Amino acid sequence: MTEMTDNTVNESGEKQKPRIATAALCGCFGCHMSFLDIDERILQLVELVEFDRSPITDIKEVGPCDIGLIEGGVANAENVEVLRDFRRHCKILVAVGACAVNGGVPAMRNQFELKECLVEAYINGIGVENPQIPDDPEIPLLLDKVHPVHEVVKIDYFLPGCPPSADTLWTFLNEILAGEEITFPYSLIHYD
Amino acid sequence: MKNIENFVSELLSATENAPELLLQDLCAIQQRYSYIPENAVEILASKLNLPAVQIYGVIDFYSFLHRKARGTFDILFSDNITDRMLGNQSLIDSLCEKLDIEPGTPRIDGRVTVSVTSCTGICDQGPALLVNGMTVSGLNEERISKIAELIEEDTPLSDWPASFFVVEDNIQRSDILLDDKIINGSAIESLQKNGSDALLEILEQSGLRGRGGAGFKTALKWRFCRDTDSDQHYVVCNADEGEPGTFKDRILLNSYADNVCEGMTLCAGIIGAKKGYIYLRGEYRYLLDDLEQTLQKRRDANLLGKNICGHEGFDFDIDIHLGAGAYICGEESSLIESLEGKRGIPRKRPPFPVTNGFCNQPTVVNNVETFVAAAKIAVFGADWYGSVGSSESTGTKLLSISGDCARPGIYEYPFGVSIEQVLEDCGAHDTQAVQVAGAAGSTVPAQEFHRSIAFEDLSTGGSFMIFNQQRDMLEMVQNFCHFFCHESCGFCTPCRVGGALMKDLVDKVMVGHATHNDLKEMENIGQIMQQNSHCGLGVTAPKPVLDTLEKFPQIYMQRLANRGFEPAFDLDAALEESRQITGRDDAEAHIEYEPLLNTAGQDES
Repeated sequence: MTEMTDNTVNESGEKQKPRIATAALCGCFGCHMSFLDIDERILQLVELVEFDRSPITDIKEVGPCDIGLIEGGVANAENVEVLRDFRRHCKILVAVGACAVNGGVPAMRNQFELKECLVEAYINGIGVENPQIPDDPEIPLLLDKVHPVHEVVKIDYFLPGCPPSADTLWTFLNEILAGEEITFPYSLIHYD
Repeated sequence: MKNIENFVSELLSATENAPELLLQDLCAIQQRYSYIPENAVEILASKLNLPAVQIYGVIDFYSFLHRKARGTFDILFSDNITDRMLGNQSLIDSLCEKLDIEPGTPRIDGRVTVSVTSCTGICDQGPALLVNGMTVSGLNEERISKIAELIEEDTPLSDWPASFFVVEDNIQRSDILLDDKIINGSAIESLQKNGSDALLEILEQSGLRGRGGAGFKTALKWRFCRDTDSDQHYVVCNADEGEPGTFKDRILLNSYADNVCEGMTLCAGIIGAKKGYIYLRGEYRYLLDDLEQTLQKRRDANLLGKNICGHEGFDFDIDIHLGAGAYICGEESSLIESLEGKRGIPRKRPPFPVTNGFCNQPTVVNNVETFVAAAKIAVFGADWYGSVGSSESTGTKLLSISGDCARPGIYEYPFGVSIEQVLEDCGAHDTQAVQVAGAAGSTVPAQEFHRSIAFEDLSTGGSFMIFNQQRDMLEMVQNFCHFFCHESCGFCTPCRVGGALMKDLVDKVMVGHATHNDLKEMENIGQIMQQNSHCGLGVTAPKPVLDTLEKFPQIYMQRLANRGFEPAFDLDAALEESRQITGRDDAEAHIEYEPLLNTAGQDES
């Protein structure tokens, strides 16, 4: 188990909050929405932590953090770059939700050749005008298959679920911030 | 097309539109056309009153059934580790090159497909292949060249050299089971003379336990089944000898078929069954004609049929059902599902087949060897059998010996024989390990060769594969992991997903990209599979990995990458297809390798 190191006091002797960053790779943002479902508890959370890069803060580059939460699988070159950046900067990296844990819905394209998918979407798709497969250097290239995040960088914790419920995320954050062992009541980890 | 419709209609009228014969119908269509055409499925669906998707579900479940034509010659190389040790891979390459095809893809002219299949049970006379379901043994370059010629000349299988199709019994050591002959009908006479209670008593005293490996007491099983009240009882002979490296049932079905039938008839007499089935693995199709003849001879001699041996009301007959390349169907509840014409998904147990088996009726399912032993015990008595073997395991066991030894083949030993003794007898030298009980069994290193073959020590269905010091044991592990991944029925997640993850991780070790964390992950996945799988397949599938991690750690350690983490795949190569499609080659179109992507500021190991 990876533990957070004690750095709650900064150089000038002030208490420093742990920093959290979040990112969505190839996912639907549902895990982030579920995170927001902690509702008013977010006020307690901001007492406990400082947010770094996240859709919540709109900070674009991740800085040194204690915890990184990753939603979504790895589907393109930019996903790889963001994920690696998080790994470089986060002491604890967490795969959040089905797509991060095992590729999820986007990985359904793994049954097909990449070319088939692109032709279906950009050449033969209904209502497509001026059909062509995008090749602009601004657009990240797709990997031939969608991968779970732990196949690209080392992951410390996995939170399954589609999405993991707000209570699951809340329980996890509280336990890890308190330095406790991560455990869940059964109701949070059964899915049928 | 008209042709296909006629064929299927005739087939169905011959089988009286029985839905439980669906798999048998599909096997016949596959054999005739090298695939199951869509219109055949339509006819089956309407005549058998089944949804078409259910029929496609069955087709997709079994490896030997296909939706696309395989061609005039459908060739499947046996790809067990023992075939690999005998050099099957260069022979596959050679045949593909001669025929100018890729493995697994039918040739454009519809002449031939070449691919691989799980162990075909010819390990002592391999490498082997199946051509249109018929076994060709003893492959070498010369035979492969000839096969390529025959295919190019479109020579019908019936005109191929008969020598290609010879499979010897290859009995190297025999004991009481193979030596002491009984006269046909004598076990049935013994039953009539002694009565079923006394016969069960004799079986119980003999200590006979099931020969498939699990070792359940045969008398107890038969008694449970007999005592379950029902109009119908069934006897099923499990001849789905799919465990890699096992081939002892092959010789029993070839040269002791009468004894097998005799044992089944004896069982029928005791439990009150009118109907029995031999579930013959598809790989043993070459035995089918002879077995049918044996059954017919027994019918002619009144050893099967109505009023057997003149005993009023003793009616029993046996049908043969073919499997179609599914290892899981060796598990008795999957076998029953398959007998009923369905996908071979294991049932939940309990209830057990003895109370709720074939068509939900009480059913005895026993191994081929068990029936032979039971028939002989009925004639020669409990003492004859109990006089050999060990206290917990009476009698003898047939071992199928293959791999690195001078004399592979069938060896019958009294239970309790040591591995050392077996190795000496079959001429194995410099042995590194023995895989006992097949891919699902145990990897036994040299320091444990004093251990014995017995239910109380090393229990086995009969597979015994030998690896000498020159062999790389990880190749065995990899072969078995691919095997289990392919053979998982897909019903439960621990086995379906766990098996695939395990296979990928072993492949990662093989190419030198795995780290210590990957080994920990393999142990973790293995435990999850063992604790949570629905049936024995998932429970045993991680065993080759877990056994060798414990007993042969060096085969993993010597290949580990000296880093905390390695990606599971080549990131830059994963962009190649995109680069091809878009024509891009700029800096952003590549991913650089980053060797030290650990946790921030920490050096993880």
